[in-house]
Amino acid sequence: MVRLTINGRVVQAEKGEMLLVVMNREKISVPAICNHGAVEAFGACRLCTVEITKNDWNGWKNYVTSCLYPVEDGLIVSTHSETVINLRKTLLDLHLARHPHSEHVRQWAMEYGITQTSFEEIPDGDDCILCALCTRICDRMGFAAISTVGRGHGKEVAPPLNEPPPDCTGCLACAQCCPTEFITFSDSGTSREIWGKQFEMITCKECSKPILTKDFAETLSKTRNIPADYFEVCDECHRKATALTMGKISQWQREDTAS
Amino acid sequence: MVIEPRGTLYPRVKVKDVEKIIESSIVNDEPEKTLLYSPNGNSSSVEKYKNIPFYAKQQRIALRNLGMIDQYRIEDYIATGGYQGLAKALTDMTPETIVDEVKQSGLRGRGGAGFSAGRKWATCASAEETPHYVICNGDEGDPGAFMDRSIMEGDPHSVLEGMIICARAVNSHEGYIYVREEYPLAIMNLQLAIEQATSYGLLGDNILGTGFSFTLKVSKGGGAFVCGESSALMRSVGGDVGEPRAKYVRSVLKGLHDKPTVLNNVESFANIPPIIVNGGKWFASIGTEKSTGTKAFSLVGKVRNTGLIEVPMGTTLREIIYDIGGGIQDDRPFKAVQTGGPSGGCLPKEKLDLPVDFDSLTEADSMMGSGGMIVMDDQTCVVDLAKYFLKFLVEESCGKCTPCREGLYQLHSLVDKMSDGRAVESDLVLAENLSKSIMIGSLCGLGKSGPNPFISTLKYFREEYIAHIRDKKCPAKVCPSLISYEIIEGPCDGCMACAPACAVKAITGEKGKLHVIDQNICDRCGACKAICTRQAIEIH
Repeated sequence: MVRLTINGRVVQAEKGEMLLVVMNREKISVPAICNHGAVEAFGACRLCTVEITKNDWNGWKNYVTSCLYPVEDGLIVSTHSETVINLRKTLLDLHLARHPHSEHVRQWAMEYGITQTSFEEIPDGDDCILCALCTRICDRMGFAAISTVGRGHGKEVAPPLNEPPPDCTGCLACAQCCPTEFITFSDSGTSREIWGKQFEMITCKECSKPILTKDFAETLSKTRNIPADYFEVCDECHRKATALTMGKISQWQREDTAS
Repeated sequence: MVIEPRGTLYPRVKVKDVEKIIESSIVNDEPEKTLLYSPNGNSSSVEKYKNIPFYAKQQRIALRNLGMIDQYRIEDYIATGGYQGLAKALTDMTPETIVDEVKQSGLRGRGGAGFSAGRKWATCASAEETPHYVICNGDEGDPGAFMDRSIMEGDPHSVLEGMIICARAVNSHEGYIYVREEYPLAIMNLQLAIEQATSYGLLGDNILGTGFSFTLKVSKGGGAFVCGESSALMRSVGGDVGEPRAKYVRSVLKGLHDKPTVLNNVESFANIPPIIVNGGKWFASIGTEKSTGTKAFSLVGKVRNTGLIEVPMGTTLREIIYDIGGGIQDDRPFKAVQTGGPSGGCLPKEKLDLPVDFDSLTEADSMMGSGGMIVMDDQTCVVDLAKYFLKFLVEESCGKCTPCREGLYQLHSLVDKMSDGRAVESDLVLAENLSKSIMIGSLCGLGKSGPNPFISTLKYFREEYIAHIRDKKCPAKVCPSLISYEIIEGPCDGCMACAPACAVKAITGEKGKLHVIDQNICDRCGACKAICTRQAIEIH
């Protein structure tokens, strides 16, 4: 165990734990839009940057992204120093210039008092903040169907050669974790479209509700050893069936005790 | 051409001169006086290259063999003392004493950061995790820098030898030399050198019969500037996209494939064999106390003698630019020197007596970098210069983190506005604040030092920025939006040379009469001024 001070409060943590994890546990909040529990910390948005020092650093301070910084004994952390706040404001200001039409970005900027960007607005700026959560989650799912392409200001998220990605199974993990809801998809009950690729949906045998794409079901049963017929029924109907079974079991038990 | 052992130098030798040179220098051991080097405007000639100012102040350790040996023959390298260091390290020394020798030499990483090579090796050597890797950074990407390229092309074995010694010191059996694809000759020469060294038993299994094994591979990079950054480079070697990662855990402990890795650059490794042969004390006796040894620079820009140089640390900028470089071309005034590549800094004439070493340059808000040195005269505009380097960095940013990707883009836009005469004074404040955030907030060194071209020029040439912003003037007469070309009455004799040279047809006038430039049409390309033989066209 190590002891560190965050905003004047002494807290305990496991050695090597990431600072942001400790802060979250202690309910000390900083923005961290490229962070997600399902994937490793990445350090792209830099919004979770905090000021650190130690008693024996002779007043020297460092600025580190808390998502990637392993805590050590004696660390003194300030999450809202003037320099840190200025940095966050600049970052949000830059986002606002690049993504002027994103409601989410406006909201984040507003929380730091920015309603108008100080920089030149980028006219064709889209809503992708390049947090790379989508590509990292896609990797984590085992598909790596999309990735970031290019570099610098022209970087973007795209499927290979900008064509419908062969490895995509239409699982929607990318769209569901996109913090600005930039990744769009359409569901029509029997089919789904994402990244320009069409998918056939499996519908529930019991209630006819769409469950997941056929491609995703096949991949899951193959890679996770789940019986293929598991996906014939939706979660809700699975639960109903379970409840029925449980009901029957308790009835038998009652009958047993009675007799 | 240099004839040894006398060291007679013949510059710009033509085929017809060969006979005379053979007759005098080789047969009679006398210099051929008519073909010797004579300095500018000086009738007396200098025979020996060591007495020519360009060479006199240089001391070559890393560049010791360049031009002296045939880079394609390992025999040449061995004949000049090559692989003696390796033999000594493998037979007379232990890994610990090798590390101690390098520590004692005080050698600091020549890639730019200047971290102690000995300390890095010691950390890797004592790391418990295995395997250990040795990587050579040959991803030199600064515009106008070619030190490492010259070493890899002209003396590849010196890099190999340094790496094998390092491998022995840190107990590594696998190494990589990371070279950009834009250096095809370097890649070819290194590969040939690896083959030769392997066939001589100097690389591969059971080196020199000592039982120690080390293999080396050339890893080719796609030429992204950011791949010179250590964590991006290691990801690239490992087959991933060359993007940096946070280095709160140092790469010497978690480097390639998350294993302990020594990463040094080409010049650092080339310095190792002489250190082992002559001892760390010898190396430490050269240069300054905290920056030992010599440093190679590519001296380019508006100096008379450009090229690759190597000087002891602590040599002043004035000695480099005026004694070795021969001063500014056309005797124009010196304005600034850019050291450390695109993310380095610009130093003005007040800093000419600054000794060139890691710490002095950092103190003056510039940096050593890998050793690019670009000299500028009064015809260079610092705003234009900052704009050029920022553009380079915007294009080379990997785009992973927000401050570098978006911040440098906006900083470049702001400086572009200044050079274009569209900026207001508050833009300067905005650019300064933005720079601070980029420097604090960026993930890797590229972003952290990205605003330097702006910050360092602003520090020393603020009045020039003010002239662009407030007065809408470019004092160096470079920024096209802030200048005008005008034909002066008197010198212009109406020769009609300029009008046809103008691509946008902005010049009118009759033969024998004064010509006039229509400022509304002129696009300030300068073609008229270049063609005018009577200096009748001035920039205002």
